[in-house]
Amino acid sequence: MLSLFQYRLPELHNMLHNKELSVSELTEQSLAAIAERDDKVHAFLTLNEEGARQSARALDDKLASGGARGLLFGLPAGIKDNIVTKGLRTTCASKFLDNFQPIYDATVVSKLRQADAVTIGKLNMDEFAMGGSNENSAYGAVRNPWNLEHVPGGSSGGSAAAVAAGEVLFALGSDTGGSIRQPASYCGVVGLKPTYGLVSRYGLVAFASSLDQIGPLTRNVEDSAYVLQAIAGYDAQDSTSAKVDIPDYLSALTGDISGLRIGVPKEYIGEGVDASVRETVLSALKVLEGLGAVWEEVSLPHTEYAVATYYLLASSEASSNLARFDGVRYGVRVDEGGGLLDLYHNSRSRGFGPEVKRRIMLGTYALSSGYYDAYYLKAQKVRTLIKQDFDEVFKKYDVIIGPTAPTTAFKLGSQTEDPLTMYLNDILTIPVNLAGIPAVSIPCGFAGGLPVGLQIIGKEFDESTVLRVAHAFEQNTDYHKERPQL
Amino acid sequence: MSITVKDVQHVAKLARLQLSPEEEATFTEQMNAILQYAEKLNELDTENVKPTTHVLQVSNVMRDDVVKESLSQEEALLNAPEDEDGHFKVPAVLE
Amino acid sequence: MSKYETVIGLEVHVELHTKSKIFCGCSTEFGAPPNTHTCPVCLGHPGVLPVLNRQAVEYAMKAAMALNCTIGDVSKFDRKNYFYPDSPKAYQISQYDQPIGLNGWIDIEVNGETKRIGITRLHLEEDAGKLTHVDGGFASLVDFNRVGTPLIEIVSEPDLRSPEEARAYLEKIRAIMQYCDVSDVKMEEGSMRCDANISLRPAGQEEFGIRAELKNMNSFRGVLRGLEYEQFRQGEILDDGGVVVQETRRWDEAQGKTLSMRGKEEAHDYRYFPDPDLIVLHIDDAWKESIRQTIPELPDARQARYSEEYGLTAYDAGVLTSSKLLADFFEGSLAYTKDAKAVANWMMGDLLAYLNGSNLELSEVKITPQGLGEMIGLIAGGTISSKIAKTVFKEMLESGKLPAVIVEEKGLVQISDEGAIKKIVEDVVAANPQSVEDYKAGKQKAIGFLVGQVMKESKGKANPGLVNTLLAEVLNS
Repeated sequence: MLSLFQYRLPELHNMLHNKELSVSELTEQSLAAIAERDDKVHAFLTLNEEGARQSARALDDKLASGGARGLLFGLPAGIKDNIVTKGLRTTCASKFLDNFQPIYDATVVSKLRQADAVTIGKLNMDEFAMGGSNENSAYGAVRNPWNLEHVPGGSSGGSAAAVAAGEVLFALGSDTGGSIRQPASYCGVVGLKPTYGLVSRYGLVAFASSLDQIGPLTRNVEDSAYVLQAIAGYDAQDSTSAKVDIPDYLSALTGDISGLRIGVPKEYIGEGVDASVRETVLSALKVLEGLGAVWEEVSLPHTEYAVATYYLLASSEASSNLARFDGVRYGVRVDEGGGLLDLYHNSRSRGFGPEVKRRIMLGTYALSSGYYDAYYLKAQKVRTLIKQDFDEVFKKYDVIIGPTAPTTAFKLGSQTEDPLTMYLNDILTIPVNLAGIPAVSIPCGFAGGLPVGLQIIGKEFDESTVLRVAHAFEQNTDYHKERPQL
Repeated sequence: MSITVKDVQHVAKLARLQLSPEEEATFTEQMNAILQYAEKLNELDTENVKPTTHVLQVSNVMRDDVVKESLSQEEALLNAPEDEDGHFKVPAVLE
Repeated sequence: MSKYETVIGLEVHVELHTKSKIFCGCSTEFGAPPNTHTCPVCLGHPGVLPVLNRQAVEYAMKAAMALNCTIGDVSKFDRKNYFYPDSPKAYQISQYDQPIGLNGWIDIEVNGETKRIGITRLHLEEDAGKLTHVDGGFASLVDFNRVGTPLIEIVSEPDLRSPEEARAYLEKIRAIMQYCDVSDVKMEEGSMRCDANISLRPAGQEEFGIRAELKNMNSFRGVLRGLEYEQFRQGEILDDGGVVVQETRRWDEAQGKTLSMRGKEEAHDYRYFPDPDLIVLHIDDAWKESIRQTIPELPDARQARYSEEYGLTAYDAGVLTSSKLLADFFEGSLAYTKDAKAVANWMMGDLLAYLNGSNLELSEVKITPQGLGEMIGLIAGGTISSKIAKTVFKEMLESGKLPAVIVEEKGLVQISDEGAIKKIVEDVVAANPQSVEDYKAGKQKAIGFLVGQVMKESKGKANPGLVNTLLAEVLNS
């Protein structure tokens, strides 16, 4: 069987163009890969088999009639299950939405269709994107394709694992505190969190509205640029969507980073970061140095406050965002005849898992009368300080580089007891969301047989530089070509 | 600040969550740990710092007053757990 | 003087008549089949985002300016969190600490005295859906057509001292909103709603008493009666040495009393926080000025102008300007006659009597300003008598035809032909010798009878002045 890993996107485009390959064949390969491997990986929650085959046939007809081809023509895609797809079940990996049929498409889903991608199905995740291991899925955890005993990371664990396992060519994820980059790091794929406002949030089931961003998970940096090109851009349906010119991301991949100034925060390579991860990242920096870049140690002094800030802000917003799941208009209703209040209590208590409840509780408390100033407002102020840290460093440096996560993927079940420990895994990704800036995680080596991710952080709306650096590194290393044995 | 089981019960009520006694105990402990960790923020003097609600530097995002097509009643009620005569149906608030 | 002083503050909600909802493109039209003016946004589906309607902001600014509020340079939207089936997101997008308008006032007039009532704030928010109770009260049906209709909430200072003042305040708010053309302001249709805080305190005491919050007053009469009842109820409690409970009470129109809503209420904690899905508003001077330009002459200014320009009494000018429709009608008529007092008299008399008697709005009858103006011209020119004019006026109310047409169709033109009238006079004199004798014997009353007979013979069309002159002539000849 032809492996989806085998070819780069432009090669696939050529093959499709030259009729060496049909979209239907490509779609069947994706479905076959899922049939073969997903029992082990458990990345998919809902398959769109019939829908995908139909789209594939329509695209093949278009190809035959010589119609114009979109940027992602014929490419099998997986979509994180918190991005709504009209008529295709969308659960957010929650029992609450077990039966939910969206009545509209998210803007990114419309954009993928316009770009002629084929939606293969919906991907597993931590319930409502709350978690960093995928163990909070109500439908069972995703496994890390590199070692099925380990977590794939989260919350976009299904997205990262599906790409790593070669089930789809790319996937969409969402990143609120690291939910694209951390699983990308754990699964050895490329995960990009764009600048807040670059990709429309319309149709992304909100977790923390001021932090959420949709982004691509791909096999390599070039693919990432392709997908970003297709989904970025102003959307009048999202008031927080930015009116900026979208550059040609592909043309930014020049391979030239000579003279690039890199800041490496001492907080990102110090205590709390596994020695093996640190060593791998330092080797990666040597590669970049070899390409003409220079790096210096810098400081982001408020890093240690980011996790607390994040959990207060994100939980507060989430407590309000998830209030609409009340059993009145959609989703699960548990009505035992006890009246409306009981209906609310029962539907929500049985519909939500423990981590979701915990964050709703924390957020409700932080916003409640008498505590708002001490928690929510305080966190908003510290957020300002964290953003200023980055502004300061970016006055002198083009990018900031460090590890994506302090460790490689941990074992399933090893951290579920203590939420706080779990939260601290996100310490290197959270500050980026608080500052609203872009960052990518790319494979930069292995430790103990598991992938290590390199995080490249850029200035706002400077995805081009982030991708250029990532691409230059990738061109000079082979980590992205390594495949898990399933 | 320390949270008691009673606080947890009050917050659960605000959030319309019904917690079992075990959950109440666990959440009390865990929320205390998290909030204690959050006390860290008080190390910082934020007296003269402006809060960030948004990282975006934009304002006045508005649309024109133009009517767009609405959903059909059928689409609106598609996911309704219970409906009657074109309405969503819910049990009454019992006194 | 009463033992207690009543203290009232009102919270008035006014629906803005934008074409589309405040955060989505669904129509705000009233009366559509249930759940047909909805979309994923106003149904609160997962993943949706609000986008603010500029017109709603501008109407709110206009209303705030007309109420003499200061418009903030920065205004933002906050989420007010509470669960209720009519609120799809389980939070209402409202404004907490940076509303559109602050610190305004209006003047009201009660018993001939003018009093200034403070307005604390005016903020913009979204309306909720509509619940209908079914199954004997055990279930509710929810219609989300209304959800997302833009509302402004106008909060007064506790400056009102009687139910009458509250009513006058409410009527003034309605008139101002109507003048600004930002709302239909119909209490019966719910496009204007009112809640009240009311407390009593011993006369002379500065500290406020314990207040009750009063809801469900769905008409001007309801507001007056509800507050009167509550004033009475609290007075009784205080007289008995009791303590008023701070609570929310519901006005029950049918029972004519207020009822406690305790039990349904729980301690509210709305957990307001800035809505992260919306962006702050920066309202610069140019924007403010452009809205200020759209504010028309308001009721107070118009009332003063009517007194000054047309010599109307303050009372008449007040009534005519209490509704924009009346005032516009008044001024419309003046394009067809210069006699403003006559127009005012006809409006204050026949027109309002007819509207009140038949419980109709001015917009529901067919008479036009042109009709009234021209009719007054016909009277002045002697074409019709004042008496005939009453018939013409009634016909205009019902058919909307112009007076000349009615006069023509019904043959109501006044007879001013001396020969024709003289003939009738002579006939009447000949037919009533007794009355002629009475007259000659000095009974002045007899002449009234004879005039009446002439008018009757002429079917009311004889020019009354000529009738008098000619009758005197004939009798004295």
